[in-house]
Amino acid sequence: MSSTVNPSQDLPPDADSHPHAAAGIHASLHDWVMQWGEAVVEGIRTVGDIGLFAWNMLTWLFTRVPQRGTLLVNLYSVGVLSLPVVALTGTFIGMVLAVQSHHQFQAIGMENQLGKVINASLVCELGPVLAATMLSGRVGGAMAAVLGTMRVTEQIDALTTMGADPMHYLVVPRFLACVLLIPALTTMADFMGIVGGYFYSVYILEIDHAAYLEHSRQAVVGFDLFSGVLKSVFFGAIISVVSCYQGFHCRPGAEGVGRAATSAFVYSFVLILAVDLVLNIVLNRGYYYYYSFSP
Amino acid sequence: MTEAPDHEPVSQSNDSSTAQPTAGKQRGLIEFDRLTIAFNEQPVLKDISLTIDRGETIAVIGESGCGKTVLMKTLLGLIHPTSGRVTFDGKDLSALPPKQCADLRLRFGFVFQNAALFDSMTIFDNVAFPMRQSHRYAEDEVSSRVMEHLHQVGLPASVASKRPGELSGGMRKRVGIARAIILEPEVVVYDEPTTGLDPIMSDVINELMIGVRNRYPVTSVIVTHDMRTTRRVANRVLMLYPRTRLKKGEPQLLFDGPPADMETDPDSRVSQFVRGEAGTRLQELAG
Repeated sequence: MSSTVNPSQDLPPDADSHPHAAAGIHASLHDWVMQWGEAVVEGIRTVGDIGLFAWNMLTWLFTRVPQRGTLLVNLYSVGVLSLPVVALTGTFIGMVLAVQSHHQFQAIGMENQLGKVINASLVCELGPVLAATMLSGRVGGAMAAVLGTMRVTEQIDALTTMGADPMHYLVVPRFLACVLLIPALTTMADFMGIVGGYFYSVYILEIDHAAYLEHSRQAVVGFDLFSGVLKSVFFGAIISVVSCYQGFHCRPGAEGVGRAATSAFVYSFVLILAVDLVLNIVLNRGYYYYYSFSP
Repeated sequence: MTEAPDHEPVSQSNDSSTAQPTAGKQRGLIEFDRLTIAFNEQPVLKDISLTIDRGETIAVIGESGCGKTVLMKTLLGLIHPTSGRVTFDGKDLSALPPKQCADLRLRFGFVFQNAALFDSMTIFDNVAFPMRQSHRYAEDEVSSRVMEHLHQVGLPASVASKRPGELSGGMRKRVGIARAIILEPEVVVYDEPTTGLDPIMSDVINELMIGVRNRYPVTSVIVTHDMRTTRRVANRVLMLYPRTRLKKGEPQLLFDGPPADMETDPDSRVSQFVRGEAGTRLQELAG
């Protein structure tokens, strides 16, 4: 097969082409910097917007009690309707932890201590994060979709025109429902995870019942339970604020509502993990600081 | 055929487009003073000045995108002016604290284009919402007034327990009107009240708007494309023109006067709109 080689391809560009190449690189660099700059500015603006949104909500929270009807509906939706799914996933997570940990503990002859890792993981970390994840998926997405639809169909404008502040009427009850009930959901996830882990370890993997319970008791202290529940309150606040913000700033049309619901889950989840990291660092330091001074 | 309005004009002010609050002159109920609204630095409304007197029924007409709905939402304080001001009963809406602004809004009734009924509530709760929100009425009175207003807009009592999704477009519009007038507001604003309805239901809505005006001492602002509604209900017409199609220096308010004068207006854009003629628009859009 013959091929034609263009000798100029192997040669360096002639002197005249240098300014054009430099200009091209300069232009693409300029575009790149512009795009990143815009993205950074947009990100900062969004964070500021969410901060103002949360501040506005908190102002309403402390100035006027929400209406009982709107609060009860949200408490039911967030708490009662989330309970089965949180309990079910909590149970499975406890069992999965038992399955995953068993091989590794068996290899070093410590399978009797399985209760330590399962229960400590559940109470400190997996229970709160799991309950928050389920809540942001089930409730956060729904909040963003409902408020987004209300925005698109002018129902939020209608509230305003009838003298009701949408922040007070729509956001405050959702915030309270999430913040007040996520500790209960977290506790339920912890409990069902512990039950699931115990059941699988003792009845399927045939770990000694007394050893399992004794090691569990040693590994989990009151502070672990407290820190898990405390973290969940922050997670509940994140889910409600981010989801309501996404709903309120929904773009028109079905696509806008869908995007708001998706964004509510994604941003809530990322923020939950980031805040979890920060809270773990702060709580661990606080724990060791406190116990280093206690008698 | 041009229909005569069903009533005598309450107030006509041909120079209202340039009306300014001056000493000795009685103020209008609503005043737009050099109002400019821009989104992303693109002005939708620019330098709009006009006065609406108490008791007038005004139709705001114009092509899509000319800023009719923006003008109306500014009146309700849902959109804040980029510059200029809107006053209601002498109060600057953008300068009012939120609480006073919310209280002032109770003096308005608003009929949204698609009714904007709350999906999560029954029709009864939707209509009762403004009364309950005002915290001034006992539940017995709320109940009797809701049923009375549903009857006034021609809806049977059986709809009270239904959800908005179970009603037709015309029924939802009528529920929207009942909700807007239940507090007997001083101003009722209608956003495209007949859009999407069949001719018979459109005329029912026209009749209802006339009925509301005759029953209460109300000022009505109707944003519409429907020339039949304009001729039948309004006693003054404001025609806006899209900013993007104006030549430099041209005013955005093309017409301000009684409906009967629209046909004979020297500005061809007004008569073209009234007759619904596309003219060379298709070529312009394609080009």
